[in-house]
Amino acid sequence: MSIDRIPFSGNLDSGVPAGPLEKKWDSYKSNMKLVNPANKRKYSVIVVGTGLAGASAAASLAELGYQVKAFCTHDSARRAHSIAAQGGINAAKSYPNDGDSVWRLFYDTIKGGDYRAREANVYRLAQNSTSIIDQSVSQGVPFAREYSGELANRSFGGAQVSRTFYARGQTGQQLLLGAYAQLMKEVDKGKVTLFPYREMLDVVMVDHKARGIITRNLNTGEIERHAADAVVLATGGYGRVYFLSTNAMNSNTTAIWRAHKRGALFGNPCYVQIHPTCIPVSGNHQAKLTLMSESLRNDGRVWVPKKKEDCKKNPNDIAEEDRDYYLERKYPSFGNLAPRDISSRAAKEVCDEGRGVGTSGLAVYLDFRDAIKRDGEAAIRERYGNLFDMYHEITNENPYQAPMRIYPAVHYTMGGLWVDYSLQTTLPGLFAAGEANFSDHGANRLGASALMQGLSDGYFVLPYTVTNYLGTHAQELLKKVDTHHAAFEAAEKEVRAGIARILEVGKKGTRTPTEIYRDLGKVVWEKIGMARSESGLKEAIAEIQKLQHDFDTNLKLTGDDKLNKNLETAGRLADFLELAKLMAEDALHRGESCGGHFRVESQTPDGEAQRDDENFAYVAAWEYQGKGQGSKLHKEALAYENVKLSVRSYK
Amino acid sequence: MGTSTEKTMNVKLKIWRQEGPSAPGGFEEYSLNGVLVDMSFLEMLDTLNEKLIHEGKRPVEFESDCREGICGTCSLMVQGQAHGPVRGATTCQLYMRAFRDGELITIEPWRAKAFPVLRDLVTDRRAFDRIQMAGGYTGAKTGPHADANAILIPKDIADRAMDAAACIGCGACVAACPNASASLFTSAKVAQLALLPQGHPNRKQRVIRMVDQMDKEGFGSCSNLQECEAACPKKISIQNIAILKQEYFKAAIAADFRAGMASAEGGA
Repeated sequence: MSIDRIPFSGNLDSGVPAGPLEKKWDSYKSNMKLVNPANKRKYSVIVVGTGLAGASAAASLAELGYQVKAFCTHDSARRAHSIAAQGGINAAKSYPNDGDSVWRLFYDTIKGGDYRAREANVYRLAQNSTSIIDQSVSQGVPFAREYSGELANRSFGGAQVSRTFYARGQTGQQLLLGAYAQLMKEVDKGKVTLFPYREMLDVVMVDHKARGIITRNLNTGEIERHAADAVVLATGGYGRVYFLSTNAMNSNTTAIWRAHKRGALFGNPCYVQIHPTCIPVSGNHQAKLTLMSESLRNDGRVWVPKKKEDCKKNPNDIAEEDRDYYLERKYPSFGNLAPRDISSRAAKEVCDEGRGVGTSGLAVYLDFRDAIKRDGEAAIRERYGNLFDMYHEITNENPYQAPMRIYPAVHYTMGGLWVDYSLQTTLPGLFAAGEANFSDHGANRLGASALMQGLSDGYFVLPYTVTNYLGTHAQELLKKVDTHHAAFEAAEKEVRAGIARILEVGKKGTRTPTEIYRDLGKVVWEKIGMARSESGLKEAIAEIQKLQHDFDTNLKLTGDDKLNKNLETAGRLADFLELAKLMAEDALHRGESCGGHFRVESQTPDGEAQRDDENFAYVAAWEYQGKGQGSKLHKEALAYENVKLSVRSYK
Repeated sequence: MGTSTEKTMNVKLKIWRQEGPSAPGGFEEYSLNGVLVDMSFLEMLDTLNEKLIHEGKRPVEFESDCREGICGTCSLMVQGQAHGPVRGATTCQLYMRAFRDGELITIEPWRAKAFPVLRDLVTDRRAFDRIQMAGGYTGAKTGPHADANAILIPKDIADRAMDAAACIGCGACVAACPNASASLFTSAKVAQLALLPQGHPNRKQRVIRMVDQMDKEGFGSCSNLQECEAACPKKISIQNIAILKQEYFKAAIAADFRAGMASAEGGA
């Protein structure tokens, strides 16, 4: 590399304020540095990504008075992948009066994450949850309501209370359009400058502080430099490393991976969420998978036949006593609303036993027969109509008449850039929010918590913590860095060289980016998926290296360096290949099972995840050491002062 | 999957190709054999592009992202219809089973002056963002607010607001309209915020500014042809356009009234 990355020195300090759990965030806010109103306009902040976390951060920072530059890869900020979230958003409002509280939401999230998240962050998330709902309503988000005119709630996995707010099956869309509206209001006022069609390809460090980014204009191919006083990455997760996932086609890891290569530590890369209810894979041509919202498990019952020979029968002909409602059987107190990691693994288990259904044998039933009998078809249509329609369109089958067939698929990544309590990465002035950071979900995320975290980070955390950063370093940051600085020069040169290299190799090789990408996806899914073993992970590393070689020497690409989606895919694939290797290394080193990370060597006699708190109660934060070099492990010990570490049981 | 027949079909494709915004464009024809009937329409195009790359040709540029009908990115005229022949679906929700074996399928970009072609089937729809920018928000600040249940909203009103809010901003309404009007898009946001009490403080200013911006962008006028509603993948109702017109009329009268008062005061 022509520019040095910043080596990590010292200990990983989470920066959690002292004092009782419920006072920590108040204490942070009381002690933070402020920026006086007249000075705010002198600072500029770059926000990359305009999903829930990015749009809400950009809008909030602009309202405070900072000059904000917001970047997205789409034509419009409204198209970020948060738009596709279906089911809902959690908040400890306790409107149904069913015993919910901030503490309970905190506790459920810590337990749901299998005791691998930082207590203080999660408590703050639960505290902020109620304000998110108030604010979204004030933005005109049309949440579902009861006939009384009050907001409606439903239940999600891993909780025994109804705390999920929703807007039909389009909650992510409505919350994002709310945040997008706030953002566009600030664009109109001139406080936010929007840069659509831009992909961030590097972060620029000047005197050990993040002072800008390098972007590529996806329409014209122009490489651009943008300077600022702080940089926020809200660029989402890396689930597309599996090629097939419920993530959007353009979701990628490039922004956070390039920041990682500059020195930002990467936290828990092996923690991936495999969502239990997706439409199963069909054939070899698919580009992405479709999620069926977890909310369906409020009324749908999951089952497979008890006998293998029944698997090819029409499900409606299988008698009640021949059905195995395995979630209800194994987890009686949570039943069909067992958390995602547990439900996914249970589905894999019954399919591995040969009791899977459908032509591939890799599917289980999600059945609404009893709910339709109980509440009537109209009531079910009202609750889930759009999801049923979507299922019908894709599979050409009517789920009102026969059960849905579902199977787990990659959905969300709990890992991401390591951040401290203020959401700052190990690179000063570089913040990461939403799915892009590792912070709040431990080893498994509960349903309806991603929207909550994205908006909490953007609306209620970054406005304070970015201010604190700017206030603390005011003297240095008020000396402006411009884009002629040598650091920008060097970063741009490197970005250009990377693109030129891909185009050059692409003239001579034989395999398209998609072909190599599909192969990568298969390796990662089979070996770093729902069940991981030492031998499998070692094989994965070798196979990934082979694909890396293929990519470096045998890529086939046509078209120019202007609007060229395959060039974009190739650039993102380069980063996914490197990330995949780190995921395998992380999964290999973590010899325990926890949440979404299931090591076959570490299970209880009845096949549940066996955690090892003595040896692994820490965040694994990896430091990049150069291409082809192994990464260096740093550990943030997780101290549980308020919750007792215990076996996570949903039985 | 259970119904996944490995049935295949052959198709002929007639696709609009255009190097850049100012380059002339034209149709090119391609044949694609062995297309799976259960493939999505965009997966069929992915397959074509893989073939083109192997042949050393530039692939067809088209946009898509979520591929589940919610992001509004995909935007193709298929057989002369915005998002193709299936009602209530986006292009990415179109499956090859909707076409006949051997059918000639014509694929074009959205056609509207306000949506210039960038390359092949990709158009620039930023005009929609500028309409949104002109007032598609309540004006409330971010940060803490009164309790969410402080203002009760009747369920039927909330449901109607949600019907309007379901718009995905894809632009099919514009592409389908002989006048290339953006009235359905604009009205969906205006109606949502006119129905909800939170949208009331700035409702007059909102409708005036959004409609003005729509005109400035070069979208045509609405002449009630209803093509937009038929093409809309989210089945947004043209009743919203009626609300838009009503809102605009009320706001314009109020503005005239205020202007009249001001000049009367000035004259006194």
